[in-house]
Amino acid sequence: MIFDILESLRAALASIRAHGFRSFLTTLGIIIGVAAVIAMVAIIQGFSYTINQQFEGLGANSLTVQSYTPLTERLQGRIARITPDDVELIGQRIDGIAYITPILYSQNQLNQVRFGSQSTATQISGSTYTYPEVGRIYMAAGGRFISDSDNLTRRRVAVIGDEVRKNLSLPEDPVGQFIRIGEEWVKVIGLAEPRGQVFGQNQDNFVILPFNTMRSLIGNQTNPDIFIQLTVSDIDQMEAMRERIVTLLRAAHKLSSDRDNDFRVQTSEQLTDTFTSILSSVTLVMGGIVSISLLVGGIGIMNIMLVSVTERTKEIGICKAIGAKRHQILLQFLFESLILCLLGGLAGLILGYGIAVAASAAIPNFPAAVVPLWAISLAFGFSALVGLVFGIMPAAKAANLDPIVALRYE
Amino acid sequence: MALLEILDIAKEYHMGTQVLRALDGVTLAIERNEYVAITGSSGSGKSTMLTILGCLDKPSEGDYILNGKDVSLMNPDELAEIRNREIGFIFQSFNLLPRATALANVMQPLIYNGTPLKQRKARASEALRHVGLGERMDHLPNQLSGGQRQRVAIARALVTKPSILLADEPTGNLDSRTTIEIMKLFDELHAENQTIIIVTHEPEIAAHCRRIVRMEDGRIAEDRMNARVAAGGAAHAAQEPRQVQP
Ligand SMILES: Nc1ncnc2c1ncn2[C@@H]1O[C@H](COP(=O)(O)OP(=O)(O)OP(=O)(O)O)[C@@H](O)[C@H]1O
Ligand SMILES: [Mg+2]
Repeated sequence: MIFDILESLRAALASIRAHGFRSFLTTLGIIIGVAAVIAMVAIIQGFSYTINQQFEGLGANSLTVQSYTPLTERLQGRIARITPDDVELIGQRIDGIAYITPILYSQNQLNQVRFGSQSTATQISGSTYTYPEVGRIYMAAGGRFISDSDNLTRRRVAVIGDEVRKNLSLPEDPVGQFIRIGEEWVKVIGLAEPRGQVFGQNQDNFVILPFNTMRSLIGNQTNPDIFIQLTVSDIDQMEAMRERIVTLLRAAHKLSSDRDNDFRVQTSEQLTDTFTSILSSVTLVMGGIVSISLLVGGIGIMNIMLVSVTERTKEIGICKAIGAKRHQILLQFLFESLILCLLGGLAGLILGYGIAVAASAAIPNFPAAVVPLWAISLAFGFSALVGLVFGIMPAAKAANLDPIVALRYE
Repeated sequence: MALLEILDIAKEYHMGTQVLRALDGVTLAIERNEYVAITGSSGSGKSTMLTILGCLDKPSEGDYILNGKDVSLMNPDELAEIRNREIGFIFQSFNLLPRATALANVMQPLIYNGTPLKQRKARASEALRHVGLGERMDHLPNQLSGGQRQRVAIARALVTKPSILLADEPTGNLDSRTTIEIMKLFDELHAENQTIIIVTHEPEIAAHCRRIVRMEDGRIAEDRMNARVAAGGAAHAAQEPRQVQP
């Protein structure tokens, strides 16, 4: 039996080599399918790695509170908010908070900031002295971050990102310079270390003001929506605190028991989970597309194998006339489709890896493409399965040919 | 006991409602070392009988005993084994594998009986040398002349050391000079005690054989010894086939 397997393999390889170009065309479907899987997996792995990196700074002992408007409410024109009152309420009524870091983003995505004759559009937010932990920023030498007293006394001071400094043509050390936000003059007290780009987004185009300064700048009449970052002193109390915050905010927002929360309180793990679940649904959809392309590839292989059996009917007849048994013919054709599929899988693997490497090189700050072992085994397993499933029918057809009929075939 | 024996064999072809009886009750026994010609007009059933003798096809009726085994009861794989071990079949149109070299073609039957590669090579090259093609082993069929191709086919038939060599019009596609060479080869093989059956409609070829079976409408019309060759002796005939004829 081993002898037959080896000889059938040899014959299959010879036949594939004899029809080089056609073999390549035959496997194209498999190549594309597998390349798609590999490239997709590598890129998604890269994304989740980057996202995990982003959330790592939040730490395991942190909770986030943010507003959330369910779609039905949004359709009714209601927008949920976390208000400054909510921030105060949480600060006063919840025990066990190490730090509370409210972040107030400006209403517009981008706001004009000016220095001398220069002006640039940037994102302005307001926060407190604990922000560097959360926002993962590091101060360049010579400057400082916003202090607690800056916040309490609503000082007109700002920490800026390096992109803003460049766009406004500020000196290398911008500390002490005054920039204009709207009609207000604000003094630069610190410059953040450049962070580069993530997914092609510049991470250094920002201005941070003290939280209270920001509030007064945007005017007290508007109702801002605040993002809250909490650091918990006792990590074991996290879930209990989460529940207490939910109860507190539901009461503050006067939500009747039949209404859903108009906010979300999440641990950093839950935040990561949200992204992971988005990624897995993307993976699932892509997986479906890939399966279809492998199916089509498999049908392509079956088609060519059937043509090949017909074309080689006479040869099969000759082999039978000189003593080939059914299983010997069957194995040869089955191996042929199996090897074609595996070669297609290998080519697809290389191609997909190439695409992933190119993609990760094209996206700045994207981690190097990594193809996990499970994806490789999956790709090969699937290719082999396709080869067997779609190869068995043509192979059986060849094996069951009547020798005299096959010999007479022209 | 006869090497092969067919008893009251019939072969029917069904074409729509029509039934064509290509063989109509043939009984024949062939002994070891015989050199038999099967002749007859076109359509008399010669090829049909040879394919049945070669286990390529099954008779509709009758029994076939080869080497003491009842072939009519065998399944396709057992028949494949018989074709491989007991029978060497030579076709008018050579039937070589087009993408395999002469050597690979001759090695092919040995794959099916599990001969390891080294032995396969050795035995195939020996068979090719035996038919006078020692120099052409690496040629593809389309790089060989018709006569050379038929020699490769004969080597392939011989390589498994079959009990019987069956040839259906082996010189039908060859010119007269090559025909003489191929027939000389058959004569030599017979001199080495190979049992041979040749289907032919040419009297000159039948004249090489010691026994001539003539068919007519799917029956045996005549079965006689060939006095001229028989008198000269097979070995003599093999070396000087022309001189035997008066
Ligand atoms: N596969 C087939 N289907 C139908 N009829 C067939 C088939 N093979 C042979 N026949 C018929 O059987 C008869 C005998 O054919 P066979 O080939 O044995 O003749 P033959 O003696 O070899 O003739 P030739 O000298 O022309 O080769 C013929 O009438 C032929 O038409
Ligand atoms: Mg014929």
